[in-house]
Amino acid sequence: MSALHLRTLTQLADGLRRRSFSSVELVADLLARIEKSQPSLNAFISVTGSEALEAARAADRTLAAGGGGPLTGVPIAHKDIFCTEGVRTTCGSRMLDNFVSPYDATVVARLRQAGAVMLGKTNMDEFAMGSSNETSFYGPVRNPWNPQLVPGGSSGGSAAAVAARLVPAATATDTGGSIRQPAALCGITGMKPTYGRVSRYGMIAFASSLDQGGTLSASAADAALLLREMAGFDPRDSTSVDTPVPDYVAALEEPIAGLRIGLLAEFFDKGLDADNERCVREGLRVLEGLGAKVRPVSLPNLPMSVPVYYVVAPAEASSNLARYDGVRFGHRCEKPRDLNDMYRRSRGEGFGAEVKRRIMTGTYVLSAGYYDAYYLKAQRVRALINADFIRAFESVDVLIGPTTPTPAFPIGAKTSDPITMYLNDIYTIGANLAGLPAISVPCGFVGGLPVGLQIVGPHFSEPRVLTVAHAFQRATDWHSQVPKGYA
Amino acid sequence: MYDFGLVFSVLPRAPMALTREQIASIATLARLELTAEEVSLYQESLSSILEFVGALERTDTTEVTPMAHPLPGLTQRLRADEVTEGDRHERYQQNAPSTAAGLYLVPKVIE
Repeated sequence: MSALHLRTLTQLADGLRRRSFSSVELVADLLARIEKSQPSLNAFISVTGSEALEAARAADRTLAAGGGGPLTGVPIAHKDIFCTEGVRTTCGSRMLDNFVSPYDATVVARLRQAGAVMLGKTNMDEFAMGSSNETSFYGPVRNPWNPQLVPGGSSGGSAAAVAARLVPAATATDTGGSIRQPAALCGITGMKPTYGRVSRYGMIAFASSLDQGGTLSASAADAALLLREMAGFDPRDSTSVDTPVPDYVAALEEPIAGLRIGLLAEFFDKGLDADNERCVREGLRVLEGLGAKVRPVSLPNLPMSVPVYYVVAPAEASSNLARYDGVRFGHRCEKPRDLNDMYRRSRGEGFGAEVKRRIMTGTYVLSAGYYDAYYLKAQRVRALINADFIRAFESVDVLIGPTTPTPAFPIGAKTSDPITMYLNDIYTIGANLAGLPAISVPCGFVGGLPVGLQIVGPHFSEPRVLTVAHAFQRATDWHSQVPKGYA
Repeated sequence: MYDFGLVFSVLPRAPMALTREQIASIATLARLELTAEEVSLYQESLSSILEFVGALERTDTTEVTPMAHPLPGLTQRLRADEVTEGDRHERYQQNAPSTAAGLYLVPKVIE
């Protein structure tokens, strides 16, 4: 059997249950890897080593007594957007640098309930606004495949940590691609469930009609194991959907012969790197070899996804981030002259450049005189994109295309032009606008850098999406590749 | 470089520049103190973002109902009007910049 850090979440959970090794042994091993990686990768904002070892000791006692849940003793990390009781929760921002959450996010509570042990909080773009993890107040995360390159964002810390095998899996969030894009750039599996499937309670809000929690892991099987514990109705989230959670793990072995795959024609555009395209098309041939039938499908309004997103998301963000006023929590400026001065300077100092840009954009598109032209117009085009997806799923079971236009790019390459940065999410935003489940799985390498293939399904088709990804991963070994220096 | 521009062949050509005064008034609405350099930065980038999202204009949305929520048909749930949270104000106020006697302190509002 391979070294502990190279084993998947599923293998680790099995090994712990059989008591082949202890949780303390495993946690100590990974904490040492995290510490060693921190100067080069910067994947973590907070490491909760002593709490983790204490939880691991408790897990070992539970397992020794023959008890335990599905994840007892299994180490994970949480994106620093999820509130963790008694642990600093920064959302990658100076604004929340000193914020210690008084409660747990539902996702955090559920995974703890299932027995998972938190090792720390991962780095991220500030308030999840970014596609490269360069907007973090705590500095950029580096890509384990090449430290000169970005890991993607906004869940860049979670993705780098999993890719470098510092943790077997981590939680993440996806508003416009923030799970799938870093998964693709780091060569791992990133699952964004249907909107409303995973509770948003305690998940710091960015754009409330788009935000969805999910997983970053080494495989689709691991994503299924985690999601089975994370998903489900939560009365504390007003948009949580009250439908039963299927057994995602049990569904994995379903055959995919006869599966109807729609090839997303609009995604194979001029912006798609030729080598990326080759990897994705080879991936499709693998699925055809398993009995799937591929046909091209057109979603004519899909190219409007990015403009729609950059109206809707900033609008919702400008409203959500109004809560940071320097009164109840978060940064407050020194010696405010009056209330308005306190608001303006606390927010001006507490927020970074990209967050301010989005608040400004959102404020503008919601302001009197522009609301109809921008915000309502974007919501109408969003409806057309949604209708395109619904129509496509009348004739196909899943839609497949690339996750990103290119592999990972150099740190600093796209920071000067926001539009160039925004276009990284051109293939991922559609699933957020329509609220669809989508997964990115590794499908090859270009110049030593991983490439992602994206599978999108209808609402609440997580079992199908995971099953297709799992079938692909049984037929390929791209997801088992580990960057040099981290094996 | 990759030519993303071709994806947006409908992109309007005429640049739409915001003035410094417009940037300042947006910042006032958003309660953000900006430096002079930031005003210039956002003048440029907000103008290009608005130009970019201006592509939406070219899509015909006659009789299309705006979509605010990805799961249409869902309505806001109601719950019984019962107290479900205990009094934890001391815990919450540990995160506050300034408190006294269980109250949040802010600069004087009324002279």
